Amino acid sequence: MAKSIDVSDLNIYYSDFLAVEGVTMTIPARSVTAFIGPSGCGKSTFLRSLNRMHEVIPGARVEGKVMVDGQSLYDANVDPVEVRREIGMVFQRPNPFPTMSIYENVLAGLRLNNKRLKKSEADSVVEKSLKGANLWNEVKDRLNKPGMGLSGGQQQRLCIARAIAVEPQVLLMDEPCSALDPISTSAIEDLIHELKEEYTIVIVTHNMQQAARVSEDTAFFNLAGAGKPGRLVEMNPTKKIFSVPDEEATEAYISGRFG
Amino acid sequence: MSAIVHQHVPLTHPRLPRWAPALVGVISLALAALLGISLGWGPVGIVVVALLVYLVGLPVWSRLVENRRAATNRFVTTLVWVSLGIALVPLGSLLWKVISLGAPQVNGRFLTWSMKNVFGESGGIYHSLTGTLIITLIATIISVPVGLMTAIYLVEYGAKSRTASAIRFLVDVMTGIPSIVAGLFAYALFTLLFGPGTKIGFAGGLALSLLMVPIVVRSAEEMLKLVPDDLREASWALGVPKWKTILKVVLPTALAGIITGVTLAVARVIGETAPLLIACGATTAVNLNPASGQMSSLPVFIYFSYTQPGANPKILQDMAWGAAFVLIVVVMVLNLIARVAGKILAPKTGH
Ligand SMILES: Nc1ncnc2c1ncn2[C@@H]1O[C@H](COP(=O)(O)OP(=O)(O)OP(=O)(O)O)[C@@H](O)[C@H]1O
Ligand SMILES: [Mg+2]
Repeated sequence: MAKSIDVSDLNIYYSDFLAVEGVTMTIPARSVTAFIGPSGCGKSTFLRSLNRMHEVIPGARVEGKVMVDGQSLYDANVDPVEVRREIGMVFQRPNPFPTMSIYENVLAGLRLNNKRLKKSEADSVVEKSLKGANLWNEVKDRLNKPGMGLSGGQQQRLCIARAIAVEPQVLLMDEPCSALDPISTSAIEDLIHELKEEYTIVIVTHNMQQAARVSEDTAFFNLAGAGKPGRLVEMNPTKKIFSVPDEEATEAYISGRFG
Repeated sequence: MSAIVHQHVPLTHPRLPRWAPALVGVISLALAALLGISLGWGPVGIVVVALLVYLVGLPVWSRLVENRRAATNRFVTTLVWVSLGIALVPLGSLLWKVISLGAPQVNGRFLTWSMKNVFGESGGIYHSLTGTLIITLIATIISVPVGLMTAIYLVEYGAKSRTASAIRFLVDVMTGIPSIVAGLFAYALFTLLFGPGTKIGFAGGLALSLLMVPIVVRSAEEMLKLVPDDLREASWALGVPKWKTILKVVLPTALAGIITGVTLAVARVIGETAPLLIACGATTAVNLNPASGQMSSLPVFIYFSYTQPGANPKILQDMAWGAAFVLIVVVMVLNLIARVAGKILAPKTGH
């Protein structure tokens, strides 16, 4: 059920400001792809254009093509709501719904999309998703407590559980560990390892070791200069990027010589 | 390079004893009382002079013993407390007056009788109490959907568009409409629709809703704006359509605040007299049908009882105080209900 994503010549704008220019890449299915690059180079912007979350910002628009399994995402008759059901997203800051319990948070995607679930089905979705997010053991005794009562790392895993409960084909993660301690981070990295069996995963990270640990492929984004749009410098298998990258800029960034 | 000289900085300084403010208070009061009695001021004069003496005395003493910052601190602290006291005095005396004059009036007969065919004896306010409740309910039923949906448009759809700013401006203008104009408008509208002289409960409800809508819009807008965008994005990213996100995520998160805003709006209009006088008139009989016939309400009852008490003014004027007391109790009960509802519905953050 996982899908690959083909991006060709994508330009991404905020009103008149060109934030990302001319990105062409292929994100393979059932594998983890990491985006790295200095702050402000447009990683989040590009990620959000992959499930049409970019356009929720007033004035934001996109030029170019994004193909998911042969379907063009930005065709006029494509419904962005449908796209987002297939391509889920986990945000940098955990954002569980404050009015809902842990149980309801996991089911939110299904319930809000009018899926009628029997109690037993709902229970099994919750258990499966929470287990999938490595959170089940910590919360199984307090499923009816508010989701906001969890720690930051638990909240983030709750958000991952919520995202995988709707069984998307692709999971986009924007710096999912940046607010977490090393233990929660490693729990989430383990989780990513397991999830890639079934999902296509794209992860933005500022942590080089994390990119090296979890991803098959790595894309390096950079700014051509101050005020210039961000662009894709190179995309290669992670092993190659971290040992013998094609571009000098990549090497410099990874070894910490700038950015 | 010169070496940094570490001076010994004392972290302690002399402090006035804990009972200093109390002592200064007693002395100021005694001084003012002495002066006041010998010069023949009233109690108000004595209190004012005592406050002034205190306001000078405590900081001066503090300046002599402590330091400048402490003296300023004591001066400003005193000012804040005095201002609080001044603000509370009218509120306290108002409540005291209404309760002491009004509460004794309240009894079974007072709450269950109307004033129909009651002459020269004390009757009841049942007709006005039901009238107030019905008219306010109508106003709320009209204003909450209109106000809430306007707020939703302003926050979720209009955002920074020109239409939205125009609506915001109009809502602000509406806030400033004098209440009597709202009454005239409702009366004129019902005259146009149903013929001259149509004074009914619905007209009163409409008049009050004109006053309520802007308050509901503004408070609901503020509450919706407080809902973080993160939550909306989380919902959209799950493939939930926008309208459903608003209904199931945004509104529940903001609900407690919205309820508080609605209650404030109700409290604001429930005591309106002029528009009801014009739009739904007055009657001494119970009328539970807002679609026909004049309808009394507590403020209108109070107005007539006080200004036209008839042959035996004492009776009706006492009843007016009783009605005022009941009106305040109604508002307080509404506030209480809203608080409880808000507590129950508020986003749960605890463990
Ligand atoms: N809502 C917005 N409106 C206008 N410009 C924006 C908006 N969000 C981001 N930008 C601009 O787009 C560019 C790319 O931002 P983006 O958030 O994608 O960077 P990033 O690579 O994710 O950075 P970071 O690593 O700090 O998260 C930046 O120049 C930023 O100022
Ligand atoms: Mg980012």
